[in-house]
Amino acid sequence: MEDLSLHILDIVENSIRAGAEHVSVKLNEKDGVLFLSIEDDGKGMDKRILQRVTSPFYSSKEGKKFGLGLSLLKHAVLETKGSFEINSSVGKGTRIRASFIRNHPDMKPLGDISLTMKMLRLSHPGIEFIYEFTGNSA
Amino acid sequence: MKLKPEDLKKISDKMEASTNLRSGAGRAKITVHMGTCGIATGSRDIMKAFLEELETSGQKDILFTTSGCAGLCSHEPMATIEIKGESPVKYVHLTKEKVKKIFDEHVMKGNIVEESALGRGSERVG
Repeated sequence: MEDLSLHILDIVENSIRAGAEHVSVKLNEKDGVLFLSIEDDGKGMDKRILQRVTSPFYSSKEGKKFGLGLSLLKHAVLETKGSFEINSSVGKGTRIRASFIRNHPDMKPLGDISLTMKMLRLSHPGIEFIYEFTGNSA
Repeated sequence: MKLKPEDLKKISDKMEASTNLRSGAGRAKITVHMGTCGIATGSRDIMKAFLEELETSGQKDILFTTSGCAGLCSHEPMATIEIKGESPVKYVHLTKEKVKKIFDEHVMKGNIVEESALGRGSERVG
């Protein structure tokens, strides 16, 4: 992925395929750290799946053996010495929290997040998307 | 430029005013493949190109949606065009130029653009 807005698009598409009706994407930049939160009310994952979901050699989708989306995001986060956390509950949804160190040489650009949110909104009109960007460069 | 919630509402209202296939009245559906493989190879820009063609055409009966990985990652970016009553056609290795031709020929006139088509049929969405 060239930039974070593409990672976000990829993760939110996962939320949609998990049956989410509400998805929030929040970005907050503070003291040189970019915090990302993606939260949905999709079908969620149990602990067994959750432990494996960031492995590139696992997918929760039926008939698939590989799933790269979450593992690529986690890799992008850890390359900047940031942090990555995923919580999920069956029947309630999933929440991803990540932080990126913005001045790290491996930090990807944010990219066109406006285009990402616009495409999501237009292609999934039945889903409510909440998008917030707060902080220094908002 | 940062997109605000009210901007998203305006975009949605604008598109809902111009498309009504979602309520079952449409004659065509465009599905852009948005798996990780598709997104990494430019499917977001492909969807944008289709939407620009739609706006330019003024058509009001075309649905846009997305699907996941079709298992044909090396052919991304991909899209599937389905004209009501006909088999879906999968297009591969898409570019903005190909999108314009596919929209003009297949979506508008019903003529399959064979040079960009992989074949007829659709994968399971999910």
